[in-house]
Amino acid sequence: MELAFYIASAVAVLSTVLMVTRLNLVHALLYLIVSLLGVAVVFYVLGAPFVAALEVIVYAGAIMVLFVFVVMMLNLGKRSVETERQWLTPGIWTGPVLLAGVLLVEVVYLMRGVPAALGTAAVDPKAVGTALFGRYLIGVELASMLLLAGLVGAYHVGFRKNEKSGNRTGDAT
Amino acid sequence: MTEVAMTNGLLLAGILFTLGLTSLLVRRNLIFVLMSLEVMLNAAGLAFVVAGARWHQADGQVMFLFILAMAASEVAVGLALAVEIHRRFKSLDVDTLSNMRG
Repeated sequence: MELAFYIASAVAVLSTVLMVTRLNLVHALLYLIVSLLGVAVVFYVLGAPFVAALEVIVYAGAIMVLFVFVVMMLNLGKRSVETERQWLTPGIWTGPVLLAGVLLVEVVYLMRGVPAALGTAAVDPKAVGTALFGRYLIGVELASMLLLAGLVGAYHVGFRKNEKSGNRTGDAT
Repeated sequence: MTEVAMTNGLLLAGILFTLGLTSLLVRRNLIFVLMSLEVMLNAAGLAFVVAGARWHQADGQVMFLFILAMAASEVAVGLALAVEIHRRFKSLDVDTLSNMRG
């Protein structure tokens, strides 16, 4: 199981790196899905099977499908690959990569002295559900309100107004 | 299940978060910015689940569910904004947004 953790971690990190460096948007999306699946395997190894299933269903399923829909709607072709190649000059890369690398090295150094172990026992979905609808009930209600607000906001922003007419308040039919 | 050191799980979360942060700083395409936000939120959720597995509590997984709901609504609004920006500016370059006058 420990080996599975390291293999899944390596897959997740490698596919995320490949996602960051892709020029084509759809290729990057595919690598992001692989990365999320790798993290789902990590969740399973860590003893969280419920969250692993949700990661596959919601993240790799629903949210990535949203991305794919938007990419298809925007209909970006070879032209966008060329512009991405122009945007991604190595001069832009080096500064943020170096600074983020410094932060990562610092985090690695600071976490060296925590020898705690995990993954000895699984937290079953029943315990998660009990906590979710017991202590965290108000959080669930707030999350549902947030999802509703997201739905209304996305509909309002994406609503296609009548583009032919000059004034927007005019013939709405 | 055999034991995995907690440091390694948190390290994975840190590496993924750093990759997402780098992508957020480097890319100029709006869709890539949203994707790197997803990576960073996922890494934060991974840290919560690792901590929950360390102390055998369900709270970490509950927090991951909340992060999941937040990521879903954020992506819905963000992608709607991306579609609107592409329709208005004919470009997904985030630098064009600096030309919005008020």
